[in-house]
Amino acid sequence: MKNKQALLRSLNLFKTSLPIMIGVLLLVNLVNPIFQKFYPVIFSGNFGVDSFFGALAGSISFGIPVTSFVVGGELIEQGVSLVAVAAFILAWSTVGVAMLPLEILNLGKKFAVVRNLICFIFSILIAILTVITLNFINIL
Amino acid sequence: MILFKKIRLGNKFLLIVLTVYALMAFWDLNLVWEGLVKTLFIFFKLIPILLLVLLVMFLINKYFKVDKVEKYLGVDSGWKGWFYAVISGILISGPPYILFPLLKDLKQKGMKNSLIAVFLYNRNVKIPFLPVMIYYFGLAFTVVISCYIILFSILNGLLIAFFVDSKKQ
Repeated sequence: MKNKQALLRSLNLFKTSLPIMIGVLLLVNLVNPIFQKFYPVIFSGNFGVDSFFGALAGSISFGIPVTSFVVGGELIEQGVSLVAVAAFILAWSTVGVAMLPLEILNLGKKFAVVRNLICFIFSILIAILTVITLNFINIL
Repeated sequence: MILFKKIRLGNKFLLIVLTVYALMAFWDLNLVWEGLVKTLFIFFKLIPILLLVLLVMFLINKYFKVDKVEKYLGVDSGWKGWFYAVISGILISGPPYILFPLLKDLKQKGMKNSLIAVFLYNRNVKIPFLPVMIYYFGLAFTVVISCYIILFSILNGLLIAFFVDSKKQ
């Protein structure tokens, strides 16, 4: 691919993703102060519950993965657990509830539904395994 | 209304959020102001990292040819197909509305559902976005989660092969 083509392609992805990224950031920064007091109740530190709610929130969100990292980073600062944020960023880019009709249209209903269900469960599993592994590394 | 329909999805979303901000300003101006300032602060802090993301995306787009995928993920790809599905899932970037039609085309040319699932799962490990992940969560988290994603992508493909591909045969 030529330089100009490659640059235009990259810029185009940025052009379409940037408004969503700014929009999500604006939304998070508006909603966070309101819901901040509920975070300790929802995200109690229980691996299963935290990762489930994290994955649920990620599944219904959309945008390029980098947006989920920014949002996740902010959520950690607000006191949300790492396991919840890990499940959130994983589900964000693997489970696409908003994109499900498009996936069904192109790749078939059975494939899309089974894949999204597996990805939802995997988001929880990988989030838990990642935090356990990191804790293990820290002990070492 | 017609004008609104013509606006791109991303811009439409931003417009809706800004409308929410405008409405919320009547209720709590301080909350809206703080939200705006914090967003601007985060965004400016992110600019150098986003420029790095753009540079890596440019290099991948320049040197990685999407049409090669067809050759490696076709009907007779064998075990190598799994390897190429992982690699191409990591290297190819693009929104779902571009990737799904591409995968549909590949599927019609013989690509298995299991390999499509592996490809899609590895979109999580995006090289251009890794600096942002490291910036927010640290190197150890990024390495550990990326390894698990690649491992689980294979498991994902095997499960899809069991539930979707095998039932079709």
